[in-house]
Amino acid sequence: MAAAAMQMPDVTGDTKKWDLDPVLTVEHLTMRFGGLVAINDLSFNVGRREITALIGPNGAGKTTVFNCVTGFYKPTEGRIVMRHGPGRQQDAIDQLTAGGHKWQTTPEGAVFLLERMPDFEISQHARVARTFQNIRLFGGMTVLENLLVAQHNVLMKASGFTLGGIVGLPSFRTAEKEAVERAVYWLEQVRLIERADDPAADLPYGDQRRLEIARAMCTEPQLLCLDEPAAGLNPRESSELNQLLQYIRANHDTSVLLIEHDMGVVMEISDHVVVLDYGVKISDGDAETVRNDPSVIAAYLGVDDEEIEEEPEIAALVVEAVGEEAAKGAGLGISPETPTRPGGKGKTGGFE
Amino acid sequence: MADSATTQRGNDNSLAASIRDAALAAFLVAILGFFFLALRTDIAPGGLALTTRWGLWFTAIAIVFAGRLLLNIFVFKTDKPITRVLSGTGSAAGNALPGLGKWLGRALFAFALVLPFFFITFFPSQQRQFIDLAILIMTYIMLGWGLNIVVGLAGLLDLGYVAFYAVGAYSFALLSTHFDFIGFWVALPLAGILAAFWGVILGFPVLRLRGDYLAIVTLAFGEIIRVVLLNWYEFTGGPNGISGIPKPTLFGLEFSRGEGGFADFFGLEFSTIHRFIYLYYIIFILAIITNIVTMRLRRLPIGRAWEALREDEIACRSLGINTTNTKLTAFAIGAMFGGFAGSFFATRQGFISPESFTFLESAIILAIVVLGGLGSQIGVVIASIVMIGGIELLRNIGFLSQIFGPGFDPTQYRMLIFGLAMVLIMVWKPRGLVSTREPSAVLKEKKKIGADMVAQGEGH
Repeated sequence: MAAAAMQMPDVTGDTKKWDLDPVLTVEHLTMRFGGLVAINDLSFNVGRREITALIGPNGAGKTTVFNCVTGFYKPTEGRIVMRHGPGRQQDAIDQLTAGGHKWQTTPEGAVFLLERMPDFEISQHARVARTFQNIRLFGGMTVLENLLVAQHNVLMKASGFTLGGIVGLPSFRTAEKEAVERAVYWLEQVRLIERADDPAADLPYGDQRRLEIARAMCTEPQLLCLDEPAAGLNPRESSELNQLLQYIRANHDTSVLLIEHDMGVVMEISDHVVVLDYGVKISDGDAETVRNDPSVIAAYLGVDDEEIEEEPEIAALVVEAVGEEAAKGAGLGISPETPTRPGGKGKTGGFE
Repeated sequence: MADSATTQRGNDNSLAASIRDAALAAFLVAILGFFFLALRTDIAPGGLALTTRWGLWFTAIAIVFAGRLLLNIFVFKTDKPITRVLSGTGSAAGNALPGLGKWLGRALFAFALVLPFFFITFFPSQQRQFIDLAILIMTYIMLGWGLNIVVGLAGLLDLGYVAFYAVGAYSFALLSTHFDFIGFWVALPLAGILAAFWGVILGFPVLRLRGDYLAIVTLAFGEIIRVVLLNWYEFTGGPNGISGIPKPTLFGLEFSRGEGGFADFFGLEFSTIHRFIYLYYIIFILAIITNIVTMRLRRLPIGRAWEALREDEIACRSLGINTTNTKLTAFAIGAMFGGFAGSFFATRQGFISPESFTFLESAIILAIVVLGGLGSQIGVVIASIVMIGGIELLRNIGFLSQIFGPGFDPTQYRMLIFGLAMVLIMVWKPRGLVSTREPSAVLKEKKKIGADMVAQGEGH
């Protein structure tokens, strides 16, 4: 039933690519912390080999969605489906949901129910990698070591779960050489190859952000979840980040889900934008659709929906204001870091 | 404001101020010490008798005055505190001689290889004593290396490591006394496996714990094992311990006098020193195996996962590392080496009782690891030699008992010396003697990683 709801064409009438071939489907996701509803009945799709942005004001619940998808939180309700291989694979998902298993291989690939899996299995089997809002590198280990730790499961298997590695099996040496090659490849992509033997904590902030992405990519993910990758980057660095993400989308079988406040990044590279506010989805569509959605503008400017309905002239003013901003080429251009919105009427704040 | 601070400081730096401060401290000691040191009441016939000990009182005042004065001159009231100078030279020496640790390690290894023969040749009168001390130091080096896996690499503070030492010792003692066919070489791996098993048993409850709670639960586990050994009289012999533990044999040759013994077989003259040399080489090889396995594991994915766990557990989970299993393997492998050392301890002593496995032992092993520098193999060696060897040597220094009287036993002050050494090293090198970390994989150029970047893990 839930799946049927997802298959309904969206408001714009035509069915979008992310609904036809989603890599990740979040259905009726609800997350409560005690009495606090951080996410309320949230459903969206992440298209295969697309860049999907999850945006919203501070405290909208974006990071909570990430933590649910990557298994750091157990959702209160809802289903999170990850798919390897093309298509919706609806039969397999229904079968899996009815049964007790966490995942199932299908002729197309495999399907995973992420809400049933612990965090490390989501990375290991469902191949969802993530980065963190506050960078979490292994600071006392070198850049290269960071990327080798990311390939732990592959190397562990190659080392015969350590026993073969202790006696020095040649197959392990080959696997380790491949792991180093993969690390070198990603270091070249993020332009950190010169610093491979330096401790990660020694890198400047922007380099640490890129290293974290490289480390996530070393797990060879099908879905890469980036939590504010452009936070703290200067304009040149964030345009490099855009290129990196577009490179990943074009050359690797990896879909990207990102949380971002930098509208320049979001509007430029996103194929699909989902807007959250107070744990509820308020808009879903391509960048252009979302940019012109009055409810999004209202959320960012801090106007309650009721006010828009009651006083259409406010909405008109808002659209006008944002139109001017957009004309300047700055996207929505309104800094979400300064919430202008007064306390919502009876609504609960999100959790981040 | 800044000016007045410097003038203030300038006044403070004068010698007169230092002496005044030291005199004040000495005065305080004089008042307090008058009641505690100078006066002493003894039970005498017909009531209490008051005796005075002016010598002790004056000595205490003089020590405090001199100590405080030296501290004032060199540390507290100087613009260049000697502690800062010391830590400066320490790190400078580390930077200037990057190969120092490697060469020191090789030199120590070469010396350890010929150590028994060195003592036989140069100190024939004290050979037994010195080789025995070398065995003791080597045991602590092995224990330190074993604990280093848990504390140094995985970053899990384990205050109950002696429990695995005890499990190893009792495993061997019980197996060999109950089954005649089990000798040292059969029991050694069994003791290691049993200790590893107990490492996993301990690992499970502490997996969820972090920080101080982890340390407390491991401490409790160490005590539980000791108390069980003490009270399970039918099985472990309780406080009486287990005696008659067989000595190790060399391929069936016993180190005994007469027909069929080691000396007889090789046509040597019988000497008790043979057994000591043999024991020394057993623990030497066991310790070297511990070191080689640890160094190897560090370069394997499991070792890297341990270190990553110490750095950031959440990031580990996001990269698909099963942190539960990773922690358990660290506990199990660390415990296994503790078990090996324990069964060696049992065969060397021939008698074990719960008294040998008190919390103090855990504290000493942990102190060796911390003083040596978390995660550093050569640091553990240096710390063991200094802590264990240094204290044992104190026992033999005659002039100390001439100063403090014939009843003076320096080993009774070992905790005091431990404490002092800890304080001094923490002032000089807050992260242990060898605090830099060697990367486990290198692309172009090997660079040492400074201690300030390396995380310490849970419970520190």
